[in-house]
Amino acid sequence: MAIEIPKTPYSGKVREIKLGKEAKTITVGGENSFPFYVFEGAMPHKPRIAMEVLDSPPQEWPQAAIEPFVDVINDPITWAKKCIHTYGAEMIALQLVSTDPNGMNRGADEAAAVVKKVSDAIDVPLIVWGTANHEKDTQVLTKVCEVCQNKRLIIGPVEEKNYKKIAAAAIGYKHTVVASSPIDINLAKQLNILLGNLGVADDMILMDPTVSGIGYGMEYCYSVMERMRMAGLTQQDEKLQLPIICNLANEVWKSKEVHLPDNENNMGNAKNRGILMEAMSAMALLLAGGDVIIMRHPEAIKLIKEMVADLTAS
Amino acid sequence: MALTGIQIFKLLPKTNCGKCGVPTCLAFAMNLAAGKAELSACPFVTEEARVQLAEASAPPIRPVTIGTGVTTFKVGGETVMFRHEKKFENPTAIAILITDAMSDAEITDRVNKFNKYTYERVGLKLRANAIAIKSESGDPAKFEMLVEKIAKATDGALILISNQPDILAAGLKVCADRKPLLYAATMANAEAIAKLARENSCPVAAKGASIEEVAELTSILNKAGISDIVIDSGARTVRQAFQDQIIIRGSALQKKFKPLGFPTITFPCEMAGNPMKEALIASMFVAKYAGIIVLSDLQGEVLFPLVVERLNIFTDPQRPLATTSGIYEINNPNEKSPVLITTNFSLTYFIVSGEIESSKVPSYLLVMDTEGLSVMTAWAAGKFVADLMATFVKKSGIEGKIKHRKLIIPGYSATESGGLEEGLNGWEIMVGPREGSHIPAYLRNLRD
Repeated sequence: MAIEIPKTPYSGKVREIKLGKEAKTITVGGENSFPFYVFEGAMPHKPRIAMEVLDSPPQEWPQAAIEPFVDVINDPITWAKKCIHTYGAEMIALQLVSTDPNGMNRGADEAAAVVKKVSDAIDVPLIVWGTANHEKDTQVLTKVCEVCQNKRLIIGPVEEKNYKKIAAAAIGYKHTVVASSPIDINLAKQLNILLGNLGVADDMILMDPTVSGIGYGMEYCYSVMERMRMAGLTQQDEKLQLPIICNLANEVWKSKEVHLPDNENNMGNAKNRGILMEAMSAMALLLAGGDVIIMRHPEAIKLIKEMVADLTAS
Repeated sequence: MALTGIQIFKLLPKTNCGKCGVPTCLAFAMNLAAGKAELSACPFVTEEARVQLAEASAPPIRPVTIGTGVTTFKVGGETVMFRHEKKFENPTAIAILITDAMSDAEITDRVNKFNKYTYERVGLKLRANAIAIKSESGDPAKFEMLVEKIAKATDGALILISNQPDILAAGLKVCADRKPLLYAATMANAEAIAKLARENSCPVAAKGASIEEVAELTSILNKAGISDIVIDSGARTVRQAFQDQIIIRGSALQKKFKPLGFPTITFPCEMAGNPMKEALIASMFVAKYAGIIVLSDLQGEVLFPLVVERLNIFTDPQRPLATTSGIYEINNPNEKSPVLITTNFSLTYFIVSGEIESSKVPSYLLVMDTEGLSVMTAWAAGKFVADLMATFVKKSGIEGKIKHRKLIIPGYSATESGGLEEGLNGWEIMVGPREGSHIPAYLRNLRD
């Protein structure tokens, strides 16, 4: 029987953005259909997974998350190298947790020096993520931009409250920015416009819709991302045609359930539970429109890469 | 798709008699379109209009009920492609596979896990929905015994799997009253399976080798008097199965293509070599559009994230998830422990309680019913303001649990602190951080 197959009326596509050092860039975005609707359009660049590295040893990670990195966990440089050489990381996301004013409160100069060392040591694209403290991020991230001139980092989060100084530094020193908005499509668009007005080129912006994982509740970010994609692909909203980055890892691994021991509350094996909560959260975010997902556990990443390969198989 | 109010209005008598309870036919039509009224409320509607409206209002994807009693569940009835457009109606049902090739111990273990693995979350009980019982041996007597054993051991809904009508008939002998789903009718056995389904009033799964074939098959079943159908397009690769799910939903909703207007059944258990990968495939089907997912086994580490994902995806976007109001004890508090207050929006609750827990500071968290609104939204709506908060704190019973009288309010509620000190005589009001992530540092400072 002949099927009446509906066709989504696409009118736009996600902007292709080159990330990383000149000699070894990775392109993200470029899709002109809903995520993995490869029967309707093209997804020229598969979504990428960035592996997370912390700039100081993690305090609250469960054993399952520490285990793969136990030999490198005190040194972000060897940690990043292990991610690349042992686990095949295509990108690294360096979380500047040491700069948190409510924690170690490391200064901007010291933090930026660590970023520089990591950046010098690797050739895959490097995402540098602050603590979402507006004042502190302004100090730290502008310094990072300066110290790592021409390294083409991806710098975030850049928010409405502090975008001016950080974005200006990013323009000056040639870095991509992560435009971060609080789970709201209108605020996301507005920030992209503000960044544009400031002079940030559209191909130097990734959007961060602020995501959660399974455990806290994904429904809001899931729908906001779907709406961003609809606006960009079917409603010619150019300001929402940018690739989406999801800073997922910590959202999953800080949840109560990954910290419960084996078989507590019928929740099975603790390690696999954490891996699956991360991988399944990433799966949902990819289906909603994620182009870059920041993840932690090598096994969760392996599962997700397999799913991406399966979904885009010819 | 359902008719618009104006389209319905054209079919009404346009007399504005008011007998339906609203003053004008137009208003009545609008209510009908919004699903707030029944056509039967109009005493003067013509038979012709009745037929037209009934046809137009038949859901584009048929809701199918499987099982009986407390574990009965519905699949299908979906009206949108994206959850924010309205909502997803019937959560994907999760089934565990049991075959007659398994040992008795294995079978008992699986049924026990099915019965036992339930999870409480925001006042809801999350669990798997059905047991899929498959005949591997091809022996009707063996299948009948297995079905009987499982039916006795659980009240869960049942799916009977075989392509042999006599085997399904054997299973039905001992569980027809449970209204199991019969899997599956194919082009080869459609007549015989349709007869079984009619005789036992059971829903039927239609399995084709492709979407095209399954569409033909549902038409055959329809002609044979079967309307409660669940479809399996036969795809067992991730890409093809994903594509089929989207095309099936899209052609039913956007093209009103009736032969595919049914919920689907999917088999991650036949698509992966290991339980972790299988779990990921299942999580894809929860988001992209499976009616039923059959898993090869139930592991807690798979089932828990899957049912929570399902809860997230199928939550009504118009009605935020809310948690139960009351006193939450975190990290074993005592009479000296700090008391914090927040709203019952589930995301707020999960974040605040998670941060308190990670602070390791024993604390009481008072969660106030703000109809599922977050701190700022509830404040703006006048539902998280001094007088209501004061009444809630007094009635909560917290005063009997603590010796001190100090209340920590969210930073965003700072403007309410004056009003609260008036409303809560003898209490000291402390303004906490604005962001959840700053709670641990705040609580630790308080203690030091």
